[in-house]
Amino acid sequence: MCGAPEQTAELPAGTDLSKESVLVGKVTASGSPIGGAYVRLLDGTGEFTAEVVSSASGDYRFFARPGTWTVRALSRSGNGQTEVTVGGPGLFTSEVSVA
Amino acid sequence: MSRQDALVSADWAEQNLDAQNTVFVEVDEDTTAYDGGHIPGAVKLDWKTELQDPVRRDFVDKAGFEELLSSKGISNDDTVILYGGNNNWFAAYAYWYFKLYGHDAVKLLDGGRKKWELDGRKLDTEVPQRPRTQYTAKEQDTAIRAFRDEVVNAIGAKNLVDVRSPDEFSGKLLAPAHLPQEQAQRGGHIPSALNVPWSKAANEDGTFKSDDELRKLYEEQGLDSSRPTIAYCRIGERSSHTWFALHELLGEQDVKNYDGSWTEYGSLIGVPIETGDGKS
Repeated sequence: MCGAPEQTAELPAGTDLSKESVLVGKVTASGSPIGGAYVRLLDGTGEFTAEVVSSASGDYRFFARPGTWTVRALSRSGNGQTEVTVGGPGLFTSEVSVA
Repeated sequence: MSRQDALVSADWAEQNLDAQNTVFVEVDEDTTAYDGGHIPGAVKLDWKTELQDPVRRDFVDKAGFEELLSSKGISNDDTVILYGGNNNWFAAYAYWYFKLYGHDAVKLLDGGRKKWELDGRKLDTEVPQRPRTQYTAKEQDTAIRAFRDEVVNAIGAKNLVDVRSPDEFSGKLLAPAHLPQEQAQRGGHIPSALNVPWSKAANEDGTFKSDDELRKLYEEQGLDSSRPTIAYCRIGERSSHTWFALHELLGEQDVKNYDGSWTEYGSLIGVPIETGDGKS
């Protein structure tokens, strides 16, 4: 379904990291986690791909194919972004600091 | 239709929270957002459990819609202001759904929940008690709803607009990138469909782009405005967003939403499917 599932650091049951690439991370401001941020996944050309709302602990998660991605966060504490390269199947972590 | 008839700004909404005969409705699949705080006075509508038939794969029927709106305390003469998360996907779906059952006084809050939250506007956890009404719906207006046979016949004849992400369009993914991959049996798109992701119609804060930007976008993507248009996505909610942009904001006359979308089409036996970016 298209409603964003609850974002947690734990992967949903059935996720196969030998086949799927999963991009996870945290939104932070001055080191503290920011919940309720709008986290946008943009592809290599800057085009929008997906958006989730970070959990209370600042976590976000995307299923992404290999490539270079920008993770951009919008929040009441400010906006920020970071680049992540997904090389193949597996877990890829990142952090977006907003200011 | 025009922008003024179909869309309200967050400023307008804030000034009209207590306006007579105006009901704010938050629409989402995951209604925990509503429970954690919503626009003051808004009632909630659950996209999956309240708008879909629990057994058949279809909408609730006319009687079901009448019962739903009556139980929510919404009258025929109320103006309904819809908003929600996910850049208003489900709110746009509900907008289309209200129109389908003949409720004309319905508007979408531009930017939805996202803009409201990012603006730091007030949210409330109090659930309003609205007295029950006697709501009467009209028969479904299928001028705005496309079914599968019509979609197959539209290949090469009408504008088909696939509003999913490029990776879903090409067949690399079966669902948006933030969700577990599931659903249709095959990946790809309907032959002759244009790929104009819904997100191109929206700004970063979830508001719709201007009419001029939207017109330019669809023109550049090759939409032939002399032909009827059918929009689709995976389950019909993102395509409601594009249906809204084309039919309600730009005033294109013959635009339908194919709510069966890729989960239906990509599981049909024998229909043509195209993979790749559609440009070669």
